[in-house]
Amino acid sequence: MSEFFTISVIVTTLASGIRLATPFLFAALGETVGQRSGVLNLGVEGVMLLGAYAAYYTALESGSATAGVFAAIVVGAVMGLIYAFITVVMHAEQGISGIGIFLFGLGFTDLLFQKQVGTPIPIRGLRDFDVPLLSDIPHVGKVLFQHNPLVYVAFLLVPTLWFVINRTTFGLNIRAVGESPDAADTLGVNVNLTRVAAIVIANTMAGLGGAALALEVGVFQQNLTSGRGFIAIALVYFGAWRAVGVMTGSLLFGIVSATVVQWKTLGIVEGGTATLTSMAPAVLTVVVLVIVSRRIGQPSALTRPFDRTA
Amino acid sequence: MYKEGGTDTATPADDPASDPSRVHLARAARPFVGLAVPFLAVVAALLVGAIMLLALGANPLDGYNAMFSGAFGGSDELADTAIKAMPLLLVGVGICIAFRAGVINIGGEGQIIAGAILATIVALAMPDLPGIVLIPLIIIAGAVGGGIWGAIPGALKAYAGVNEILSTIMMNIIAAQFMSFLLQDLLIEEGAIRIQQTERLTENADLPLLPGGTRLHIGVLVALLVAVLGYFLLFRSSLGVRLRAVGHNPHASRYAGMPVKLSVVQALAFSGACAGVAGAVLVFGSESHRLIGEGGAAAFTQNAGFNGIVAALFGGLHPLATVPASFFFGGMLTGGLEMQREVQVPAAMILALNGVVVVFVVASLKLRTRLRQWVDGEIEREGLA
Repeated sequence: MSEFFTISVIVTTLASGIRLATPFLFAALGETVGQRSGVLNLGVEGVMLLGAYAAYYTALESGSATAGVFAAIVVGAVMGLIYAFITVVMHAEQGISGIGIFLFGLGFTDLLFQKQVGTPIPIRGLRDFDVPLLSDIPHVGKVLFQHNPLVYVAFLLVPTLWFVINRTTFGLNIRAVGESPDAADTLGVNVNLTRVAAIVIANTMAGLGGAALALEVGVFQQNLTSGRGFIAIALVYFGAWRAVGVMTGSLLFGIVSATVVQWKTLGIVEGGTATLTSMAPAVLTVVVLVIVSRRIGQPSALTRPFDRTA
Repeated sequence: MYKEGGTDTATPADDPASDPSRVHLARAARPFVGLAVPFLAVVAALLVGAIMLLALGANPLDGYNAMFSGAFGGSDELADTAIKAMPLLLVGVGICIAFRAGVINIGGEGQIIAGAILATIVALAMPDLPGIVLIPLIIIAGAVGGGIWGAIPGALKAYAGVNEILSTIMMNIIAAQFMSFLLQDLLIEEGAIRIQQTERLTENADLPLLPGGTRLHIGVLVALLVAVLGYFLLFRSSLGVRLRAVGHNPHASRYAGMPVKLSVVQALAFSGACAGVAGAVLVFGSESHRLIGEGGAAAFTQNAGFNGIVAALFGGLHPLATVPASFFFGGMLTGGLEMQREVQVPAAMILALNGVVVVFVVASLKLRTRLRQWVDGEIEREGLA
């Protein structure tokens, strides 16, 4: 155990924890926006997979990881429009249509991968960008400021989303249609349009989360996300629909996962026990939630479609 | 939130002046509306699938033909379809119970695994018991394992206010890791170092084949029995009335003196128990007669924890109607393999198509409600005329 508690190992662990947290953070922040507007998307996993595959395939074909990121953004936005049509226009049951999206993403990416690529060919991910000056700070620099651009984007989105949700008219509208669509409607807020916008943002960010994962791993395979999209949804509940809470959850999950990986590498835990510790993030998330708070409820109109005539 | 789409409207007035035959006609059309809309949605989804097949360079007609004959073309195919439908039905019945009680159970995957693990342990511990004792025992062990795995998030929701969507998802992850741990360590086959699987479990626990020369085993009967039991639990018992009341309106139920918290735990426990039986059946009805963790948890559960939700929804959250719904999705899964052989489209296509079907049908339900309202309106108008 003592070999774990050295500065260099801890620094490496924290840095990799932040990288591992990034896909969760993207997807969970996006889902937060969607849920604040009253729309639950259980299809995050599927959209992440689609984004991951789009990023991987584009990067593979064009040789540019940046192009891959943009491909994932486009795919995410398209999925957002589709999901908005399903839920906002057609009023489909949100929990179930989300599972449909998940199954579609899981099957479709596997299908495309087998048809278009076949064997997993590695790609070069995004190059790390060392923030000038800040990255030279001993230890802290390595933990916080020597990452690929997507990591910075994800963490910068936390204050950005906080600001958008809490300090802008658009954010107020999102909260209003999520809490009380009828009241928002009487005040002239376009409920459905606001929700469509929130859903597109949510899915685009899920796609970005997938891209962050695929470019970090450097390869695609069937079910690459292996449940990360579902974890992201859980982190939204964990973070009580607040950007900072979601970030805390993502970091908790990422850093605990990184610690487990590090322990395995150092041989502190071995074989089966190592697998046993892999459940630590999930257990911790539940335990923390039991201990911490039950004060904040979910958006009142979550999963409730808006129908003016009803 | 999970309620049937139909709205009960006022019964037509008993006006002697109205033309009863037309009212009867409109009434007769009402259930037809209920079936036609989802049916058309499935057709539309299959059309999307046809476009996908075309894009992949395969002839859609050949593809669907292969799929259909692979799923329903003969007794062997029908048997395979029933085998694939089994876990969907078991999970689906559990979903009916949970959703009717207003609890969202996304933890089918974990509950399947928990049931499979406990059933496997029982079989490993008592390999010499005769089948007539051991087989019911492993089925019960599966139910207990899944039931416990469901009761935990139930209790967390009832007594600690933890959202069940979060906890059931986390319980899935924990179960998958736990299975992987057990199969690397305590339960691993002796001599096998790398392959995550148990030894070949005792033959006494092999689920007996049904007569007919197919691979169909008694697991099918177990699943059907669970569906019937689920029906009686939900619609023919006082417990079921309470669960549904709590699902319908927890506040009113509390005022009426019902134990709402206990009901939540019970609903998730029963729901998990059904999925747990699926886990036991998947292990002891498999060709290999082992618990295999190789390839990840989803390779073992075949995503039944999620597909079962879909089957239950197709069955209108009614345990008995979930039977044909599961059979339909089981057919898609078996047919997909035949399609892969015939037109060289990876079977993953079926999973994608499955997703499209779900989305289309769910989206069509609102349309159905509107149509029904329109038909009902007609009936009412006719009745009042």
